[in-house]
Amino acid sequence: MIPLVNYLIVGAILFGLSFVGIIINRRNIIMLMMCIELMLLAVNTNFIAFAQYFADPAGEVFVFFILTVAAVEAAIGLAILVLLYRRTGSIGVREINVLKG
Amino acid sequence: MIEKLSLLVVLLPLLGSLIAGFFGKRIGIRGAHTVTILLMSISFFCALAIFKLVVLDGGSFDGTLYTWAVSGSFQLDIGFLIDSLTAIMMVVVMFVATIVHIYSIGYMKGDAGDQRFFCYMSGFTFAMLMLVTANNFLQLFFGWEGVGLVSYLLIGFWYDKESAAVGSLKAFIVNRVGDFGFILGIAAILDYCGSLDYATVFSKLSSLSQTTISIFPHHPWSIITVICILLFIGAMGKSAQMPLHVWLPESMEGPTPISALIHAATMVTAGVFMVARMSPLFELSSVSLSVVMIVGATGALMLGLLAFVENDIKRVIAYSTMSQLGYMMAANGASAFHAGIFHLITHACFKALLFLAAGSVIIAMHHEQDLRKMGNLKKYLPVTYITFLIGALALSAVPPTAGFFSKDAIIDAVRHSTIIGAQYSYWMLLIGAFVTAYYIFRAFFMAFHTAERMDEHTRVHLKEHWIMLLPLILLAIPSLLLGIFVVKPMLYASPGFLGKSITVLPQYNVLAQMATQFPGAWNTIKNCVHTLPFWFSLSGIVSAWITVILLPKMNGFFYRRLSWIRDLLVAQYGFDIFNHWFFTRGTLKMSEFFFHTGDLKVLDAGMVDGSGRGVTRISSLLRKLQSGYLYHYALIMIVGLLGFLVWMIY
Repeated sequence: MIPLVNYLIVGAILFGLSFVGIIINRRNIIMLMMCIELMLLAVNTNFIAFAQYFADPAGEVFVFFILTVAAVEAAIGLAILVLLYRRTGSIGVREINVLKG
Repeated sequence: MIEKLSLLVVLLPLLGSLIAGFFGKRIGIRGAHTVTILLMSISFFCALAIFKLVVLDGGSFDGTLYTWAVSGSFQLDIGFLIDSLTAIMMVVVMFVATIVHIYSIGYMKGDAGDQRFFCYMSGFTFAMLMLVTANNFLQLFFGWEGVGLVSYLLIGFWYDKESAAVGSLKAFIVNRVGDFGFILGIAAILDYCGSLDYATVFSKLSSLSQTTISIFPHHPWSIITVICILLFIGAMGKSAQMPLHVWLPESMEGPTPISALIHAATMVTAGVFMVARMSPLFELSSVSLSVVMIVGATGALMLGLLAFVENDIKRVIAYSTMSQLGYMMAANGASAFHAGIFHLITHACFKALLFLAAGSVIIAMHHEQDLRKMGNLKKYLPVTYITFLIGALALSAVPPTAGFFSKDAIIDAVRHSTIIGAQYSYWMLLIGAFVTAYYIFRAFFMAFHTAERMDEHTRVHLKEHWIMLLPLILLAIPSLLLGIFVVKPMLYASPGFLGKSITVLPQYNVLAQMATQFPGAWNTIKNCVHTLPFWFSLSGIVSAWITVILLPKMNGFFYRRLSWIRDLLVAQYGFDIFNHWFFTRGTLKMSEFFFHTGDLKVLDAGMVDGSGRGVTRISSLLRKLQSGYLYHYALIMIVGLLGFLVWMIY
């Protein structure tokens, strides 16, 4: 039986990696989306670990929801990405700063 | 019955005013005259009927007609108190007002604002009647302000003349000072008595006589004294007592009928009336009685002296008015309220007469008011000459005119009085008698005797208008005869004309002492050679005759020798200079400060522009956060989340 702590460490590492990926990634917006997905997966890992630890299936049910939402989000994000590329001809994060006031 | 009649008396002038004001163009000048004078006459006869019912038959009415507003525990009512004092005042006001209305037809002929003039005058009469009929302080204040407003409008009647506009403003502003005291007094009454009704207030007063108030720390003042003095400040403003008298000479810029009606006979006596009406209040405070007496007596002499160097015929009479108001106030201070009111009545007649006669002179002279340009008018204006002479004699208190009885009674009452300052006041009033006779006969001789000094064009056109002579004659009769018939019931009989409407405590009751020595009206006239005031008046007349007719060179001698006195008098003791230096310039300086520092710097630059600039500055700082890069936002979000986490755990 793998102890809970190991799961949590893996989750934390995944989360930290994806976080760093979001912060330091300056080039590719696809990388950014992948990092967000990875962040969700880290959260999922935690959910599953706790579900098993407390023998409560609610956590596992949550994971299904989150996966669904993540898929939807990825689909919408990619769609936006395609539009963005058509409009600006680039998917570089550095170039997308029209949000600033 | 009394209630209905008094409603008629009060509301008919208002109706006349509204008709002349709103439909003046439609009914024309003649229509406005007819309507207002007709309504005034009806109102006058109703006032006479009230006089009969109240004064002669002893009826009275005190009641609320209408509740204006209810606020918490107290009510603001409109009501009438018709007792003998009110009835007498109503007759006086209506008598003079009606006569002045008739006179104005002649005086205002050809003036563009004729209907407006009649509208104002009737409106004034309404406000004055509201003032005298009031049974509570609120209504008194309403009338008080109403007459002040119309006075302002009428002084500035010829508003395109700058001196008139300035004079009206001055009258209004100086009166505000007085009214400030007045309204504070009313507020104090409301605070301590919980009601504004005369009857309630007077019945609660005796319980207040021990109550004190500390305006300055550690100096307890009797609350009644404070109230009385505050109310008296109001009376000082309205009745032109020192040092709030400065507006009355300026008010002479208005048309002469107004000077007669408002600034001689009725409005300026409102203060005297008010003090008499509040006699139960003033009697409880000997300090305030002394203040009233001393202020009155000082004004009676000092303001009369100013007329010595005045060459404007109307202003001479204006100073005389202030001086006579001083006499009335001094009488009130000596607790001889009856004498004060009696002098108010006789003064209303002879001073209105003097003003109207002066108006007749002014019209004949084509609006020339300078005495130095008149002379020998008796040849051209005989009726004006005789009526002015009667007025001047009455003013100088020469027997048997009305003024003799009233003024003698005042001087005698002050002599009998024992309160603080009575001795001083007595001498002031006595010298004042000399002064009065001197200045009015100086003006009289300068205008009607001596050599003709007008130019040829004016001289040819000198003539009297009959419509202006009728009022003169109507006023000359009471000026001459009123005293003989009225002096006994007014002052010495009990119950007299004023009945119970005036309260005098026994220890101050000087009139009762005088009543024991009163020999009857005819004998008073016979005995006058034994009294000081008579000789003072006579010597005044003789001195005027000497300096104006017999030895005109003497004036020049006095001017050279006593030039500093002359300068002092011409400068009117420097009140105007002081007011101008201190209040006007001070106000200007202060407004300058508030404009430049307060408004421009603090409000405009600091708060209005400053808030805009502040937003710009803060937003230019905040804009640095909005880089537009996703990873910045993500970083901030994560940091925020961590912050929350830390905050939630600890």
